[in-house]
Amino acid sequence: MAEVTQLIHHYLRHNKRFPHVLCPGCGHGIVLGSLVRSVHQLGLTKDEVVLVAGIGCSGRIAVYVDFNTVHTTHGRTLTFATGIKMANPRLKVIAVMGDGDALSIGGNHFLHAARRNIGVTALILNNNIYGMTGGQSSSTTAENCYSTTSPYGQQEQSFDIVELAKAAGAPYVARSTVLHVKLLDRIITTALARPGFNLVEVLTPCHTQFGRKNKFKTTVDMYKWYKKNAIPLDSLSKLPQEEQNQRTPIGIFVEENRPSLEERYAAITCRLEEASK
Amino acid sequence: MPTKVKKNHRKEERSLFALGNEAVVEGALLAGCSFFAGYPITPSTEIAEIMAERLPRLPDGVFIQMEDEIASLGAVIGASLAGRKSMTATSGPGFSLMQEHIGYASMTEVPLVIVNVMRGGPSTGLPTSPAQGDVQQARWGTHGDHPIIVLSASNVQECLDMTVRAFNLSEKYRSPVILLLDEITAHTREKIQIPNRETYEIFSRIKPSMPPEWFVPYEESMRGVPPMPALGEGYRFHVTGLTHDVNGYPTSRPEEVEKLMQRLFRKIDQFFYDIQIIEETACEDAEVVVIAYGCVARSAHLAVLQARELGTRAGLLKLKTLFPFPRPAVERFIRQCRAVIVPEMNMGQMSREVKRVNNGLSSVRTLNRIDGQIITPAEILKVLQKA
Amino acid sequence: MKPPYEIQRFELRLSGLGGQGILTLGKVLGAGLALEEGYFVAQTQSYGPEARGGASRSDLVISSQPISYPKPEQLDLLVALSQEACNQYYRHLKQGGYLLVDDSLVKQTPTNIYWGLPFTTLAKEKLGMVQAANMVLLGALAHLVPFVVPRAMKKGLETSLSPKFLESNLKAFQLGMTQAKKKYPNVQTQWTSF
Repeated sequence: MAEVTQLIHHYLRHNKRFPHVLCPGCGHGIVLGSLVRSVHQLGLTKDEVVLVAGIGCSGRIAVYVDFNTVHTTHGRTLTFATGIKMANPRLKVIAVMGDGDALSIGGNHFLHAARRNIGVTALILNNNIYGMTGGQSSSTTAENCYSTTSPYGQQEQSFDIVELAKAAGAPYVARSTVLHVKLLDRIITTALARPGFNLVEVLTPCHTQFGRKNKFKTTVDMYKWYKKNAIPLDSLSKLPQEEQNQRTPIGIFVEENRPSLEERYAAITCRLEEASK
Repeated sequence: MPTKVKKNHRKEERSLFALGNEAVVEGALLAGCSFFAGYPITPSTEIAEIMAERLPRLPDGVFIQMEDEIASLGAVIGASLAGRKSMTATSGPGFSLMQEHIGYASMTEVPLVIVNVMRGGPSTGLPTSPAQGDVQQARWGTHGDHPIIVLSASNVQECLDMTVRAFNLSEKYRSPVILLLDEITAHTREKIQIPNRETYEIFSRIKPSMPPEWFVPYEESMRGVPPMPALGEGYRFHVTGLTHDVNGYPTSRPEEVEKLMQRLFRKIDQFFYDIQIIEETACEDAEVVVIAYGCVARSAHLAVLQARELGTRAGLLKLKTLFPFPRPAVERFIRQCRAVIVPEMNMGQMSREVKRVNNGLSSVRTLNRIDGQIITPAEILKVLQKA
Repeated sequence: MKPPYEIQRFELRLSGLGGQGILTLGKVLGAGLALEEGYFVAQTQSYGPEARGGASRSDLVISSQPISYPKPEQLDLLVALSQEACNQYYRHLKQGGYLLVDDSLVKQTPTNIYWGLPFTTLAKEKLGMVQAANMVLLGALAHLVPFVVPRAMKKGLETSLSPKFLESNLKAFQLGMTQAKKKYPNVQTQWTSF
C-alpha cells in the first residue's frame, strides 16, 4: 500500500481540485493507474512525458497527472500528438482517447496516425458509449444495444478497433480490459517502450450510461461480463468456431518493428545535411 | 516552381523574383518558422510545396502533410506548444475546416500563423480566381467571443513583410494570427528584397524565468501575456480548451471565467497601436479617401493617382491590419473628408466595419465585385469622380 | 542599378496552350528584366485546371516606376502561340500595339501587321525538341524588343535553370535570336517609345 501512496504523491497533481469527474465503478481510473505504473517502471521522467487527451470522460484524466498535459479538441488528439512528436521527438507522447473520440469524430486521424507510424502511444478507452454527453451510441456500440440515441436498439454495425488498427498498418496492436490489470500493465509498458505508433485498446465499463440501459443491474455485473467474455488470444483458437465469434480476444495482436515517421524524417534531414557539405 | 536556393543560411540581403506565395515562405523562414503542417489546396499550394523542399534542409525544420486542414492546424498547435514557431497555409474550404482549432489556439493562447489565400466562394466556388470573401470569417469564424489578429498584404514584398509581422505579433501576444492574401497577390511575381536577418526585428515568445514550482501558467499581469514554456522544459502544466483558472485547470466559477476572458481581450486591445498597421497615400489634403486592402488596394492606388491628375483630391488608406479594426485611423479620415469609398471583392465585409464607425460623419460608398475578377482602377476612378 | 530605358508602363501578354512552356517563359523573362536589368515587373498568370492542353497565359507589366495595378489593361505586345489565344486576346491589344505569333500554329492573323516566326517548327526541326519552342521565342523577343537584352536573359537562364538543361536552352535562345534577326533585321528602329 505504501508504494501506491508514493506513486500517487509523485504522479498526481497536488494543486488540482479533487474529487475527479469519474463515476463510481468507472474503469478509467484503473487505466490511469496502469499508465502511471508503466511510466514508473520504465523510469521515464515526468518532464519528458506528454499526455495528450481528447474530449469526453477519458479526456479528463489528463488533468490529474503531473506530466505535461494537453487536453485537446474532440477527436483531434492524434493531430496534436503528431505535431508535438515531430516538433520534439525526444518527448514521450501518449494519446488518451475515448471510443467516440478516436473512432467516430477522429476516425480519419486515427487511420492516418497508424498509417504514418508516428511515435505516439495511443490508448483508446473503449466503453462503447458516449459517457460524458449522456449515453449516446458511438461507432463501437454493439448492434442491438440501447443508448439514448438508439432507443430501439443500435442498427449499425460497430467498429472493431483492433482490426481497424491492423488494417491501417499500426506496428503494435494490443487489447485488454480493465479487469485484466496485469495484462494491461504489461501491454502499456511494452507500448511505451517501443518506437512508432502503438495502439492499446482498453475495454472499460460505463455502468452509468451503458450498463443501466443494457440490462446490467450493477457495475459488478459489467466486470463479471468482461471476465466471462474476454479470452486470451492464444486460447481463442481452441474454442469451437461459433463460440469464437461471441468472445472478445485480448492480448497482443500485432508486434512488428518498423521505423517511425520521426526516425525516417531524421534520416532524410541527415542525408540532406551530408549532401550539402 | 520553387526557386532554387543553394545555401539556406544566407545572412546578407538578396533579391528574388518571386511569387507572393514564395515570399510568404521567405518571410516565415526569416521570422524563424521551423514547422509547417498543411494540406494542399489551390491557390495556396506553393507555400506547402516550397516548405516541403526547404524545411528538411534547415536544422530542426519540420514539414508534414496532414490528412486534412483540421489535422494540419492541430499539428501546428502541438508543435507550437513544443516550442516551435509554426504555421499552416490554406484557402477558403480549408479555412472553414480550421475554425475549430482557431478557437482552441485563441483560448489556450498558442502563437501560430495561418495564411489564407482567398479564392471565390462559398463552398468550392472559384478555385483559381481571387476574392475577398473570408474577411469576416477570419474575424468571427470560430465559435465564441474571442480576440484575433487579422493581417493582409497587397503585393509580393508585403507578403514577406506581413508574414514576419504575423509571426512577431503572434509570438508577442500569444495569439493566432491570420494573414489574408488573395489569389492575385499570391500568384503575382515581383522582385522582392529579402532583408538581412541580423538587422530585421524578429520577436520570439517570452519563456518563464522563475523556478518551475513558482510558475503560474496563466497568471494575471500588466501585459496580460503570460510567459510560455515549451513542453518538456520542466514547467509541467495543463493546457485545455475548457475555460480555465490561472493554473490552467478547468473552471466554471464566474469570477475566474470573467478574469480569463477579460485578459484575453485586454492583451490585444491595450496594444492596439502596436498591432494597427496602415499605409497612407496622398491623404493629407484628400477630400475623398479610398479604404482598401489586398490586391484591390493596388487598383485603388492607380485610381487615386489618376484622379489627382484629373483634379480630384483623392487619397488611399491601405489597411494592412484588418482586425482589430484600425478604428482611429479610419475615423480620422471620416472626419476630414467628404466621402469614403470602400472597394472590395465581396458584398461589403469591410465597408460594414467602416460604416459601423462612421456614425453619419461622412458618406460611405461601396464598390463590390463578386465575379472572380479584380476591381479595376477604372471602376474605382468612376466612383471617385462621382463622390 | 538604373535601367537603360525609361519605360512608362509596358504591358505584355504571352498566351497559348498549357504545356507550351508559357508560364516558365514568363518567369524567366520577368526575372531577367527585374533582377538583371532593374525594371519593376509584375507578372501574373492564368491557367485552366488542366496541366496540359488548356488555355495558358502569362502577363507582364514592365515599368521604370513602381507598379500599382499588376494586371494589363491595354497590351503593348501580344504573343500568341495558338489560334485561339490570338483570336481571344487580339482585342486587348492597344492601338499601335505589336502582335507576335507562332506562324506554324496561328494560320489566320486578324491583321496584316504582325511578326510571325515558326517557333514550334524551328524547335522541332532544328533542335529536335518541341519543348524548346518557348526559349526560341525568348530569343526572338531579345531581338524584337529593345529592352529585352540578350545578355540579361542568358544570365537569367543561367541562374534559374540547372546546368543539365542550360546548354540546350541557350542553343534554342540563340536560334530564336538569329531567325528573328534574319527575318526582321531593322525592327529595333520601329520602336519610338514605351
